[in-house]
Amino acid sequence: MKKLSSLMELEELRKSIIKNRDPKKTIVSVCGGTGCTALGSGEVIKALREELKKRGLEDKIDVKVSGCRGFCQHGALVTIEPQGIFYQRVRAKDVAELVETTLLNGKTVDHLLYRDPVLTGQFIHEHEVPFYAKQKRLVLANSSQIDPKVIDDYIFFGGYSALAKALSTMKPEGIIEEIKASGLRGRGGGGFATGRKWESTRKAKGDLKYVICNCDEGDPGAFMDRSLMEGNPHSILEGMIIGAFAIGAQEGYIYVRHEYPLAVENATLALKQAEEYGLLGDNILGSGFNFHVKVSRGGGAFVCGESTALMASLEGKVGEPRAKYVHTSDSGLWGKPSNLNNVETWANVPIIINNGAKWFSAIGTAGSKGTKIFSLVGKVRNTGLVEVPMGISLKEIIYDIGGGIQGNRKFKAVQTGGPSGGCIPESMLNLPVDFDELTRVGSMMGSGAMIVMDEKNCMVDIAKYFVNFLQSESCGKCLPCREGVKRMHEILTRITEGNGKMEDIDLLEQIGTTLNATALCGLGQTAPNPVLSTIRYFRDEYVAHIRDKKCPAKVCKALITYNISEKCPNCGLCIKACPQGAITPVEKKKPVVLDQAKCIKCGSCLDVCKLQMVEVK
Amino acid sequence: MVKLTIDGKQFEAAEGTMVLDVARTHNIYIPTLCDHESVTPYGACRLCMVEITTKSGRKNLVTSCLYPVEEGLAVQTNTEKVSAYRKMLIQLLMARCPDSDVVKDLGKKLGVESTPFPLEDHHKCILCALCTRACAEVVGVSAISFVNRGVEREMGIPFFDNKDACIACGSCAYICPTGAITIEDKNDTRFIHQPWDDMKFKMAKCKVCGRYWAPVKQIEYMAQKSGQPLEFFDKCPDCR
Repeated sequence: MKKLSSLMELEELRKSIIKNRDPKKTIVSVCGGTGCTALGSGEVIKALREELKKRGLEDKIDVKVSGCRGFCQHGALVTIEPQGIFYQRVRAKDVAELVETTLLNGKTVDHLLYRDPVLTGQFIHEHEVPFYAKQKRLVLANSSQIDPKVIDDYIFFGGYSALAKALSTMKPEGIIEEIKASGLRGRGGGGFATGRKWESTRKAKGDLKYVICNCDEGDPGAFMDRSLMEGNPHSILEGMIIGAFAIGAQEGYIYVRHEYPLAVENATLALKQAEEYGLLGDNILGSGFNFHVKVSRGGGAFVCGESTALMASLEGKVGEPRAKYVHTSDSGLWGKPSNLNNVETWANVPIIINNGAKWFSAIGTAGSKGTKIFSLVGKVRNTGLVEVPMGISLKEIIYDIGGGIQGNRKFKAVQTGGPSGGCIPESMLNLPVDFDELTRVGSMMGSGAMIVMDEKNCMVDIAKYFVNFLQSESCGKCLPCREGVKRMHEILTRITEGNGKMEDIDLLEQIGTTLNATALCGLGQTAPNPVLSTIRYFRDEYVAHIRDKKCPAKVCKALITYNISEKCPNCGLCIKACPQGAITPVEKKKPVVLDQAKCIKCGSCLDVCKLQMVEVK
Repeated sequence: MVKLTIDGKQFEAAEGTMVLDVARTHNIYIPTLCDHESVTPYGACRLCMVEITTKSGRKNLVTSCLYPVEEGLAVQTNTEKVSAYRKMLIQLLMARCPDSDVVKDLGKKLGVESTPFPLEDHHKCILCALCTRACAEVVGVSAISFVNRGVEREMGIPFFDNKDACIACGSCAYICPTGAITIEDKNDTRFIHQPWDDMKFKMAKCKVCGRYWAPVKQIEYMAQKSGQPLEFFDKCPDCR
């Protein structure tokens, strides 16, 4: 690899990459994201290479492994370029047919095309699939066409042109002004204005400054940062280099959690490749600007996603937050001015520099600009990674993109913002996705986890689940978080076990508001949100648990009983399924008898009964 | 120097001084359990929360032990809001350490007699980190630290077993605000009673008066730090 020593050489390289690629050449691009890998994309790639070799096509057809494309539930995903044919749920056994029918005979394999459960018609191309149709993919734009392990792929699609523009035509202050004008806000949770943060760090006194990329995503159900770091690490790196130039930083860190091995691998490789090309290191593209980046692996503590805890962890100390009355922009990592942004925030930077603040700020709402990536999970039909313009309603995300609720059940709530977010009820489904709107209703944008719940979810149980998560992830430094979260969990447990008192609701609110106001870090301050928001919007469920000793969603085991209908014909299936031997036949063709004293409420009888003779009360 | 008001009264303080220190200097009471002049502020107990209004009119709730003074700052140490939060915090502590008289007395001072939470038994340790900070910052040995995380957090020596780094100086006991750690000298032995266990150390005898005057390990540490020969410490300070 030749080191590029000027902007012109970068453009020449790009031209030669484009020239050497035949636009008519068939490329089979297989998703290598974590979801598709779990669904066997590795075997698909292997089978594909073998099949092409067998048929002597390996020189005529390229196989590419791309980053995550988001439609994880339908993996493994495969696209055939340049036609853009979109196949889903591809397995290794389908490969021979795919090669024969599509690659050799130019026809589509119909059973691999997407079929919609509601809409009729054919969905041959990705953009026609409803899951993608309403999305606005800026950050994820080229995710299906870039091999994250090949820097030339990124350069082919215009990669590092924003860096070239910034270094050659813009001054650091001008870049900061552009980011400020774009209205970009931090995508990691807090939603702080990125340009202002950069400006503070630039203005801070000190010769040595740091920029940090926070890839310590730890919310249950969130995988935005992971997918982006795995799928397009160069876009993040380019953002960081531009940011470092604007801020005047010389050193940078990418903090990735150890549980994301592919993200660690691809980030490390991206750094190496960028250094070899002279896009990173000393005298970047001959501009005289020096910037070095290291990958640092985190141990997986949720609290290390908090900026000061992350910096403590980078320093080799225990990952515990500290007060931020003196901002990290003045005194952060090793006491030096430090600018920390989230993965997605960094990836937005090249887009803004390339297209301009005006273009970017035209997308979104008054207070929230651009797009946001969400990991859409829970009881929704199409789970996966979605990128939508700010201002889109929750309803559009859940119903148009997500395809509605699984099994046509009734929607109950959506939680945004991960464990620190709140549960938003059906009456607010028209709420636009916007930093301030979500905060106003007691939730938050957070990093972008969106968990959809249906009528079979008990909201008290949900609150208990999140509080339990936070209880095991609290660092324990400050009293309200350590003791308060523990007490909230204790109270929620007793409510779900039917031992709650009406005063418990007030007590939960008192602990919650105290935590909101007095906890040391953002995670502690937002920890009671799942409790406070479920009390606010689903108080009746709390009351039902406490006063009536009933769980309306029939989830809390202590408050439900399994009963056999009088019409049960004694088929015997449940008798075999019951692990406790609690069900016994009494008389032929007469209902079986369930011994409530032995029943552990595992639900096995309900699952096996084909005649719906098991009732949960 | 910057000018600020606390509860309506005008004060001056050097830049970089924390609000809590200014209040203390002028005899204004702000409750706290994890602050001590010998160690860096930490912000664990959150009892010293006060309401502030900055010069630009921004209102906030901050821990006074960590908030540096600024020009035109108006501090209110005991508003209705602050008082309600402090009550909840002390109730949480009362449930954690029901045996601690210090916690109970502070509760009374804050207007709380009982706690709505089930009582636990964490001895008297409130995890304020004064002992660990003193051990690291003042003594410089870091023999004790926190182990485990979150609700399972405890103060201890490595694996609750390895006391090699401890010099038996007893600073942890002196600084402990609740008496969770105590120190006791019996003839040739020093006991440091920790919440998890007792630690025993050998004491050195003064060659002149015969009194057991300091732990052997502490004398070794002092000799090493000061550069004085070990024999210098054969006599106690009174007999030197």
